[in-house]
Amino acid sequence: MARSAVGVIFTNIQDKNIPELSSHRTLASIPFAGRYRLIDFALSNLVNSGITTVGIVTKNNYQSLIDHIGSGKEWDLARKDGGIILLPPYSNETDAPYKNRLEALKGITGFLRHRKEDYVVLYDGDGVSRIDIADVVRFHEESHADITMVYHETDSVESHYYITLDTDSFGRVNGLKINPRVNNGEKINLYINVMVVQREYLMDIIQNAVQSGYSSFGREILSKNVNTMRIFGYKFNGYYAGITSLSRYFKYSMQMLDKNVRDELFGARDIYTKVRDSAPSKYIEGAVVKNSLVSDGCLIEGTVENSILFRGVKVGKGSIVRNSVLMQETMIGSAAQLDCVITDKNVVIRDRRRLAGCEELPYYVSKGKML
Amino acid sequence: MQRKKECVAMLLAGGQGSRLYALTNNIAKPAVAFGAKYRIIDFPLSNCINSGIDTVGVLTQYEPLELNEYIGNGQPWDLDRSFGGVHILSPYQAKKKSSWYEGTANAIYQNMGFMKKYNPDYVLILSGDHIYKMNYAKMLSAHIATGADCTIAAIEVPFEEASRFGILNVNNDGSIYQFEEKPKVPKSNLASMGIYIFTAEKLYKYLEQDEQDAASSKDFGKDVLPAMLNAGEKMFSYRFAGYWKDVGTISALWESNMDLLGSEPAFDVSDPTWKIHSRNPLAPPEYISETGRVDNSMIALGCEIYGTVQNSILSSNVIVEDGAKVVDSVIMSGTVIKRGAQVYYSVIDENVTIESNATVGESKETAKGITVLGRNLTVSPDAKVESGKIIDKDYKGD
Repeated sequence: MARSAVGVIFTNIQDKNIPELSSHRTLASIPFAGRYRLIDFALSNLVNSGITTVGIVTKNNYQSLIDHIGSGKEWDLARKDGGIILLPPYSNETDAPYKNRLEALKGITGFLRHRKEDYVVLYDGDGVSRIDIADVVRFHEESHADITMVYHETDSVESHYYITLDTDSFGRVNGLKINPRVNNGEKINLYINVMVVQREYLMDIIQNAVQSGYSSFGREILSKNVNTMRIFGYKFNGYYAGITSLSRYFKYSMQMLDKNVRDELFGARDIYTKVRDSAPSKYIEGAVVKNSLVSDGCLIEGTVENSILFRGVKVGKGSIVRNSVLMQETMIGSAAQLDCVITDKNVVIRDRRRLAGCEELPYYVSKGKML
Repeated sequence: MQRKKECVAMLLAGGQGSRLYALTNNIAKPAVAFGAKYRIIDFPLSNCINSGIDTVGVLTQYEPLELNEYIGNGQPWDLDRSFGGVHILSPYQAKKKSSWYEGTANAIYQNMGFMKKYNPDYVLILSGDHIYKMNYAKMLSAHIATGADCTIAAIEVPFEEASRFGILNVNNDGSIYQFEEKPKVPKSNLASMGIYIFTAEKLYKYLEQDEQDAASSKDFGKDVLPAMLNAGEKMFSYRFAGYWKDVGTISALWESNMDLLGSEPAFDVSDPTWKIHSRNPLAPPEYISETGRVDNSMIALGCEIYGTVQNSILSSNVIVEDGAKVVDSVIMSGTVIKRGAQVYYSVIDENVTIESNATVGESKETAKGITVLGRNLTVSPDAKVESGKIIDKDYKGD
């Protein structure tokens, strides 16, 4: 139990990786896997590790996030002491809301100062995984680390900003690169935007950074001090889906159709999310559904294959939906055909329309659009 | 000024539901699963909150554990309130005496203190064994408009079934002149739905009176309502025309589940203006595999379908393995139907394991009746459970 840690989730910090899906919501509130939002995985991992206080750092477009989080009760985080604490940007006439992670951290020093926990878990809500945060904190303590950065081994990366780590046999980071070139097939240790740091140490870092006029947490603090700070890398070996582009969103969505992936993500511990009391889904006579995930409140009269259906999706008679992700309340009329399509919330596809994209470039229909 | 509630609801949820046999061995009838994600009690509770009634006493007696846990603090129905909300009312030990609830009227009588705490003008009496959507606020408006002391919700039933119900004989204005409990020769087909609104003071008065009457069976239908009518109190019927089903028998429970199917179902639980609230399962969306086939069915979250499901209702986390077949059945949560097993025309309770190639029941056309399997049991591989059987322990075959 990581009883002595507080979580901080940055909901906007990776927004520009997926402008399509984050134009009217924070990246952390992007819908995923039929009934979740990305932040559910971060929150559930924190809660399942015994953390009962989570600060949620927002910047803009956080209406849907606030609607989703509510009081935090779905995550057992409606608490008298701690629980969910929303941290909207602090700004006045002269200061604009934060532009980078350092400024975001500076904005929450008040929150950090008033907590009692020893550690802070800094978590960007852009990854889907089931990480045992308590184990990361244990590793952090045993390594006597100042900072522990969680990484996974991969051979590809697609992001505006990423950090790779080199570690010695004890896990100590002895090399830290920002946006290095990655050759085809080369294995890298990619930092997955989950970090544990002593709370007071973090406050010192922030204060020094402000006094020194730094603007980059990665370049001016981590990278520059890699030999003087005790930075450790915690290797995460489980399933990790970094939602860093629309095509990756699509690719990882499709991976949810794999039973092994689902069992790892949802099997052992619960992933909590907001519930809307939708009725169970209905499959009408003549419906054909194969290799698909269907959330509640759906009404299926047509054919659905290799697809993810969110809450309240309707697929009309004679329509064929293949290899697609249909978000909440998407309405597909009759005799329409979709292949490799992502529809955002409340999209309406009229009768007999045909839409197709391809795996690398799924056809995206933005929120509320009628085609 | 004393804080008060205009109307307090009292939900009678203590019944054993013995005609549901194995399904109510360990749980009260209102806690029985219904419609893939609901329990029977979700309907009256959702009706309450949707009607603006936010103070509900739930009277439990028989096997209340699971029901109590399900209701919890009432949050799923928005009934977690600082003043009001949902409260479990179990029989208790009082200073002078302690007793079990002896009848519906006695159960309410014993909780007079609870009602009076909210100083209500009206009390709504409900039961926890029906599936229906009803706006109690409209009934309350009618009760106020007629100036009645008691209003009884009533529905027209087929004449041939009328002798199973409490029958109301009414005048043109809806006022009741006679109340007959299960008459052999019914004069009308207007049946009481077991939903009453009382003007609070009258209710208290007649409950006190009934309690003093040693000959009374302490029942609303048999004792309290006739007593009020005999005393000349103003009693009105309130006609209800929507879907209403007593799911007190296996066949009624099965039928009512089936009424949810189709694109124009007899009973619609997906009406956004009258949501049925429930405690939601923590489960990912249901998965239908490459080999899975789902036809005319309702499937809840967390199910995994590799076999065939037809005309059936599956609650959360049911697994139908490859080659298994489920037809015309109601399957409650956590049940696993293994490879090659077949289930026809059955109601199967929670966490049952039907091992590979076992057969449960037979096709609706030839079956002797609905087959029922109680919770947590296992049907052995290749075993055959005959149609119409009710099983409540592990079954290895004959």
